Amino acid sequence: MNRLVGRGFQPITSHVKPDGTRWSVKEKLLLGLTPKEYMAVQMRNPFNWLLWIIYAIGLPVLVGRFIFGLGWATHGSYDYPWGLFLAWGLFTMVPLSASGFMMGTTVELFGRKDFKPIERLGLLNGLLGYFFAVMFLQVDLGQPWRLIYPMFVSLGPAAVLFLVAWHVATYLSCQVAELVPAYAEWMGLPKAKKAIKSMVLGLTVAGIILSTLHQGALGALFTYAPGKVHPLWYSSPFQWFHFLVSAIFAGLSMLIVVSTLSKWFLRWRCDDNFKQSLDNLTVGLAKGASLALITYLVIKVIGIAHDNDWEYLFSGWGQWFLLEMAVGVIGPLVLYTMAVRNDSAKLARFGAFMAVFGIALNRLNTALITFNWKLYQEIPHWREVVIVITVYATYIVVYRAILARLPILYTWKEERN
Amino acid sequence: MKKIDRRNFLKGGLAGGAALAATGTAATAKAAGTFGGYPDSMGVLVDLTKCVGCRTCEAACNKEQGLPEPEKPFNDTSVFDEVLHGQKRRTTEKAYTVVNRYDVADREGGPVYRKIQCNHCQEPACLTSCFVNAYTKTPEGAVVYDPKVCVGCRTCMVACPFYIPAYSFSSAIDPVVKKCIMCYDTRLKFGRPPACVEACPQEVMVFGKRKDLIKLAHQRIQENPGKYVDHIYGEKEVGGTSWMYLSDVPFDKVGFDTHLGNEPIISYVKEFLTIVPMVLTIWPALFTGIHLLSNRKEAKKKEEESKG
Repeated sequence: MNRLVGRGFQPITSHVKPDGTRWSVKEKLLLGLTPKEYMAVQMRNPFNWLLWIIYAIGLPVLVGRFIFGLGWATHGSYDYPWGLFLAWGLFTMVPLSASGFMMGTTVELFGRKDFKPIERLGLLNGLLGYFFAVMFLQVDLGQPWRLIYPMFVSLGPAAVLFLVAWHVATYLSCQVAELVPAYAEWMGLPKAKKAIKSMVLGLTVAGIILSTLHQGALGALFTYAPGKVHPLWYSSPFQWFHFLVSAIFAGLSMLIVVSTLSKWFLRWRCDDNFKQSLDNLTVGLAKGASLALITYLVIKVIGIAHDNDWEYLFSGWGQWFLLEMAVGVIGPLVLYTMAVRNDSAKLARFGAFMAVFGIALNRLNTALITFNWKLYQEIPHWREVVIVITVYATYIVVYRAILARLPILYTWKEERN
Repeated sequence: MKKIDRRNFLKGGLAGGAALAATGTAATAKAAGTFGGYPDSMGVLVDLTKCVGCRTCEAACNKEQGLPEPEKPFNDTSVFDEVLHGQKRRTTEKAYTVVNRYDVADREGGPVYRKIQCNHCQEPACLTSCFVNAYTKTPEGAVVYDPKVCVGCRTCMVACPFYIPAYSFSSAIDPVVKKCIMCYDTRLKFGRPPACVEACPQEVMVFGKRKDLIKLAHQRIQENPGKYVDHIYGEKEVGGTSWMYLSDVPFDKVGFDTHLGNEPIISYVKEFLTIVPMVLTIWPALFTGIHLLSNRKEAKKKEEESKG
């Protein structure tokens, strides 16, 4: 598409064609191309070929998991009930999707309208991340068709997971509502947009409450296993706080990463407003993320001091922990700080990729690698890895499809003022 | 009439607030108190010094619970040499109880045999972690599980400090948690001891009221000076368990986790649970307030515009 736009193609940005007639929904879905052109564009994209390969291998394995059971697809065992599906799909995807409530808060609550060009990308990143976290959960649950049991059939309200279930469900609907305006503009439904606009403050505050609690709750889930997670990754009083604060910089960093990827690969879809303000906004996000990172670093140290875990630092696990802190926390912190001082979006982007890697490492460490540190190490089954890649590929496909159509990276023409 | 001036008003307010805070803390302290178990619940005392590793209990459990026939027969002692991932045998979906052999140096009577099964905690971690309330601690002391509501999240397995619940990972249609239920449906409910206890030829296990068993255990320790380690494993561990153990060798030498502490697992989770109502009540006011503050200039401008 980038090449097509280079040759003078105009992507859809309004209800009206250049000749004055209105775009039909079908034409909008096809990005204003004829079906033949659309297919040609899709076939030219090498990334799509990679997707075909992933699906050719991944889909049969994914179907197999539901036919032959979890025992066939995973190394889930009595000692390791949770594997890669949750370690990656739930514990890593959810913090990386904290951008939704972060951007809602920044723009709608703190009134930082200058972040407006990137607000919708943040919201979409949140919505899709949560939606696919639920998809990963559905792959992992023993009886996924009972997903609504904790809501309506048999309630265990004192359990942390009960809170997670309810909050993720409510927050998902909250995020759908927050993105209705983008859909309403694209479809031409001004009333829907107006309705959401009247309750945007309520939605945003609800988003903060729900996010604070369920990001924290994901950490608190591990307080059920005080002896199983390595003490350096575990702290009864601080676990929820560690998870919440790290989710803040995780969400902001992920937003920098996806905006960078959009700028590279979906350049044709970004309007001038987005492209011109992105570097400044990236540095702004880096500033926020660096504050969260320094807070995280301090409470991590306080956590170690409070539980008196110093001696563990000198063990093999301690080296691994220090590596995680160096690569995932101190590295991004230094890069972000330098980025803010030198007003360099490039440094901030580098830091963001590092921080996203760091948060994934932290969650995998907590849920899988240091879990059962007194027993033995579990290595995920290859089918487990294939399924994770397949579901994640679907996440990317849906993400890309929405970005190419709805006014996320660009402003709808009829809305400009 | 006494005039209420500003100072008195503030004083009164402060005193009232303090009183409220005091009663408030008292109320939460009470609410956060531990459950401690049903007063007349039953339990089992296992005396490791008496066990000879005949595996009769395993066979009895298998029959009583209708579990599939194992690969090796129950009189095969080669299972004691089985090691998986560096671990001795554990409970599985096909075996709710297993006996393991521990070679202890310098022990007169040879190796120690230890039977494991669900310990039926007074405040079970599995129960408190379950978001569909599938677990119940019955007044008789058993921790039972309702497979009809289980979603299969397996948090109970993560939560169990003893690594007891197993899961039928092999089933695609109806995977469920499998663990010892103290023969609740067929025996305990009617006041009868679990099948393994009854089948034991060595009388390793005593079935009775938990509080009586604790007395009995202390009595045995006292009456046999130097024989037992002066500790009943399960009397206090993770809030106390219905199954308790006596041993003549240190418990950590025969596979017991001696670092679990006496707090029930839910105590560690309460640190988070207490912040939930605070976030729910404080956040809306706090963040709406911040919103009003950060947008005050804009609001003022709008007001002036509408006036002008």
